[in-house]
Amino acid sequence: MATRKEGRETYYESIIKQGYSRRDFMKFATYIAAYMGVETSMIGQVVNSLETTYRVPVIWEHFQECTCCSESFIRSDHPIVSDIILNKISLDYTLTLMAASGHQAEKAKHDTMEKYKGEYILCVEGSVPMGADGNYCCIAGRSAKDILLEAAEGAKAIIAWGSCASNGCVQAAYPNPTDATPIHKIIKNKPIIRVPGCPPIGEVMAGIIVHMVTFGRLPELDQMGRPKAFYAKRVHDSCYRRPYYDAGLFAESFDDENAKKGYCLYKVGCRGPMTYNSCGTIRWNNGVSFPIQSGHGCIGCSEDDFWDNGPFYERLTGLDRFGIESSADQIGKVAAGVVAGGIAAHAIAVNISKRKELRTRTRGGRENEQNLDL
Amino acid sequence: MRTKDFKRVYVWELPVRIFHWVNVMCIVVLGATGFMIADPPPIMSAAEASESFWFGTIRAIHFGTAYIFFFNMLMRIYWSFVGNRFASWKQFLPFTKKAWHNFIHVVKIDVLLQNEKKFDLTNISVGHNSVAAFSYLVLFFLALIQVFTGFGLYADNSGWWLPKLFAWVPDFLGGDFITRTIHHVTTWLFILFTLVHVYLVFYHDWLEGRGEVSSMFGGYKFVRDERVKEKVEQTQPEEESTIEQC
Repeated sequence: MATRKEGRETYYESIIKQGYSRRDFMKFATYIAAYMGVETSMIGQVVNSLETTYRVPVIWEHFQECTCCSESFIRSDHPIVSDIILNKISLDYTLTLMAASGHQAEKAKHDTMEKYKGEYILCVEGSVPMGADGNYCCIAGRSAKDILLEAAEGAKAIIAWGSCASNGCVQAAYPNPTDATPIHKIIKNKPIIRVPGCPPIGEVMAGIIVHMVTFGRLPELDQMGRPKAFYAKRVHDSCYRRPYYDAGLFAESFDDENAKKGYCLYKVGCRGPMTYNSCGTIRWNNGVSFPIQSGHGCIGCSEDDFWDNGPFYERLTGLDRFGIESSADQIGKVAAGVVAGGIAAHAIAVNISKRKELRTRTRGGRENEQNLDL
Repeated sequence: MRTKDFKRVYVWELPVRIFHWVNVMCIVVLGATGFMIADPPPIMSAAEASESFWFGTIRAIHFGTAYIFFFNMLMRIYWSFVGNRFASWKQFLPFTKKAWHNFIHVVKIDVLLQNEKKFDLTNISVGHNSVAAFSYLVLFFLALIQVFTGFGLYADNSGWWLPKLFAWVPDFLGGDFITRTIHHVTTWLFILFTLVHVYLVFYHDWLEGRGEVSSMFGGYKFVRDERVKEKVEQTQPEEESTIEQC
């Protein structure tokens, strides 16, 4: 089994040691290159990198989260992804999956942090509560904030897994009692990759890790720090129901004839048009399906504040501050009514207040009409 | 009783009038298609998607009109530097003493409907009054909000650099949700503006009878005789013309 003796192993060596054949390895390299969105001609480089690079140690911290990101990751559909790249080779510390526990586990982490200072990747799953001195989330007697700052110190890069670490997710929803804070708002001096989603897709997670291993640098990120390869397009843009949208064919409710026909779920609250993710192309559970394919609209889980963006089953975005579940349109209609009423009142008032002026003008105009010389 | 003498004054130049009506058309079309996009009308039919593209067409109209709206606005900004004094950008800022004085006058007389104790001819604005001008400045900022949020949402659908310039907007605001909400709410502000604007144009025409409504078609308003300086003596005889200057 992979052990850490004097020499470090390359990924390839570890994979072969685990009992996979070279053929398996090549299949994996091809498969992951496709997910990463690199050209076919780059597969050689992926293979070469995995053969020659030493494994990059990974520390995976869990804070305010539900572990759905880890669950998603270990279900990514190629065994090498979950078994080899993370579980058995690279993952030096993760509460959920590691065999060691207690002081042993903490020691393993500290060993890695010292030995590979500036080299390891820190993966963070979950947000960090900043309220009450960070006491809302403590592990082994220390606050999440403390642990994060310590682990981030020597990290080469940080990956913020999931909506919790990227956006704060449900615990950061209004009124955010623990002041749950995403990672990029706490750590400012390290490159941070945000991988939002509740959870993110397993293949996306694997693709990002392999990218970093293969090319030795971060994948290309957008302005929000999300990898462009996976978050550049809206779910809507790759949705197989898109033709129904363009044709104006919508399900009006979940139990009508149109829903049965597979029409677009736009009007029952689908947030695909506002959500950036790869669900429409990579899909879930080994590419079996994704929410819209299963007849449920996208809830926009990879977007900022998705819990606070109004109810999931309505098209209109609510403006909660103006009253529970009031929509922009309701407020607009009331405002237009008030303005129209004000205009009517003003129109009446002007004829009363300025009656003299009006009478004078009208009289003058009438007289001129009488005196017209045609 | 003798009515006052008026002179015809060319107030709104052709580019200003073209801008106004193109803008009207754009706002109507953008508003109508925008509400349809926000909440598509239910068309219950057993059709297949391959037979129809009407919603795509509605969106195409919305996007196309957005471009017209945007370029029209750019044209008007250009004209505010080269046009006549009523088109000038200076008109829209109520920060001179005179403009501020007029602002208060309009609020008192036209909004709160007080009657003037002493009539002062200079209180009557030939072009925009200060309150109206200021409301157009506000409308301009609303239009900017629509341009930034609209093109921001559209940027990902486009390969052209112009909408791409706005790609940072949703990221800056925190995602497409909030961007869309702002875009939608601002549409309502346009509607409220339109209600008030149209009413006040009718109000001035009804009360004052100086061609307020028609001025945006022909460009002329009627101004009291004594406000127009007479040229000192006509030395040259007027050119022969069959068209009477009246």
